Amino acid sequence: MNPLERYEPLVDDAAAFRAACDRPLPSVVRVNQMAASPARVREAFDEEGVAHEPVGWHDGLFRLPDGNPGGNWPYVHGWTHGQEEVSVLPGLALDPQPGERVWDACAAPGSKTTQIADAMDDEGTVVANDNNLGRLSALRHNAERLGITNAIVTNQDARNFSTKPLAFDEFDRALVDAPCSCEGTCRKNPDVVDQWTLDHVHAVAGIQKGILARAVQATRPGGTVVYSTCTFAPEENEAVLDHVLGEEACEIVDSDLPVDTVPGVTEWDGETYDESVTRAQRVYPHHNDTGGFFCAKLRVGGEDEESAGEAGDGEVAA
Amino acid sequence: MTDDAPTNDGQRFDRLPETPDDREVEGRASRREVLDWFEERFGIEPDVFEGYSFWEKGAGKVWIFNGEATDPSEVEAIGMTLLRTRQEHWKPTSRAATRFGHRATTGVIELNPEQASRFVAGEDQALPAWDGDWGYLIATHEVAGERAPIGAGLYLYDELRSVVPKGSRADLPVVE
Ligand SMILES: C[S@@+](CC[C@H](N)C(=O)[O-])C[C@H]1O[C@@H](n2cnc3c(N)ncnc32)[C@H](O)[C@@H]1O
Repeated sequence: MNPLERYEPLVDDAAAFRAACDRPLPSVVRVNQMAASPARVREAFDEEGVAHEPVGWHDGLFRLPDGNPGGNWPYVHGWTHGQEEVSVLPGLALDPQPGERVWDACAAPGSKTTQIADAMDDEGTVVANDNNLGRLSALRHNAERLGITNAIVTNQDARNFSTKPLAFDEFDRALVDAPCSCEGTCRKNPDVVDQWTLDHVHAVAGIQKGILARAVQATRPGGTVVYSTCTFAPEENEAVLDHVLGEEACEIVDSDLPVDTVPGVTEWDGETYDESVTRAQRVYPHHNDTGGFFCAKLRVGGEDEESAGEAGDGEVAA
Repeated sequence: MTDDAPTNDGQRFDRLPETPDDREVEGRASRREVLDWFEERFGIEPDVFEGYSFWEKGAGKVWIFNGEATDPSEVEAIGMTLLRTRQEHWKPTSRAATRFGHRATTGVIELNPEQASRFVAGEDQALPAWDGDWGYLIATHEVAGERAPIGAGLYLYDELRSVVPKGSRADLPVVE
């Protein structure tokens, strides 16, 4: 069975959805702004005769219609990184700040780690973790190429990640860019559709729940956790959020992504999910001509310093 | 506690001692020596590295880090590789040359477009016109109106050898 069929009831225009899934995706690069400005990269592309197009919703992205994102001078200088458009979204939702402590729980090969480090202006600490050592060596290569000096790399199972090797035991923010069924990447890698099985969906959903729960635990009260996947399967998206909302102190908040999205679904296959999963955002390929994606932003519960002050006032919200 | 003098442990990251006098591990470079080396060799002011910490893992590999870490740190990586020490001629990594090379005022060799393409492809080339010191240099070229460091090279006997690591070499066009 083609798994994409399964999601047709969820989309507004099934034919457009399927047609978009069949179209290949253009190469896109993200500018590493700690090394060069988008304007300088554009000028360097022009000098070198590299065709490029802007991406309307983000001035640090360029589409390269001729492909080969690594075959040009800006890449060699560490000014750009090949990264799909939708893959930039969780980093925007996470909104890390210079000086913070950030955990990238499933980090390899490091597209989002390096985006996070750039957003932090290479200041603070980003802990890039992955349980796959081979993929971590690709991450290290990318981080070095982009000149990132504020990352620590760890090789643990994120489900029971230990902060013992670190200088602190709580993060300000955490990103869970989870392992998933990946049908959203079908425009780049059509094989994912053939390899899809429902058993894998259920197995990986268990891992996702474990990692997201750990990320909430490891983040300070008031901190932010972002959960993202490149699958359309509600079992791996809203069901994971619903589970973690029930187990850990956290709530889903709006993330205002700069692309067209639709709300998370509250019903699927006989299950219903917490109403707040509608604050999560689904990105379908036919809406922005991108890959498929899912992204949710969570606020970790408990008292942070600000809300502790408010609570102390008693009758603020009479 | 054992009676043994502390030794270099290749499995973990240890912070470099502040000065040679603070050195406990035989052969380990100190922060002061690293700062002096970058200043002497490339004219990079020590304050460029303020805020960064330096770490050793493995025999002589020094890493530069801009975050919070325990000392020692048992992790896979901490920041990026900066420098190879514990050898007669210290060697900057090509990535460090790219990352910090724009702050260099000496030991910088400017390549023309054709030379730059050969350099990034990993080729050695005769460049007898260089009249500076021999040894490790930072190779740069002009991109989009400004100088941009490409990586580290080794200059010996009128020849510039590219030390751009294999995985980072590329066949790029000559951009006039
Ligand atoms: C979608 S990919 C991450 C992509 C990465 N965030 C990026 O932007 O380049 C998911 C990653 O999760 C890792 N992974 C799978 N199970 C894990 C676990 N239990 N703990 C930590 N990482 C895990 C995989 O090795 C894979 O690299």
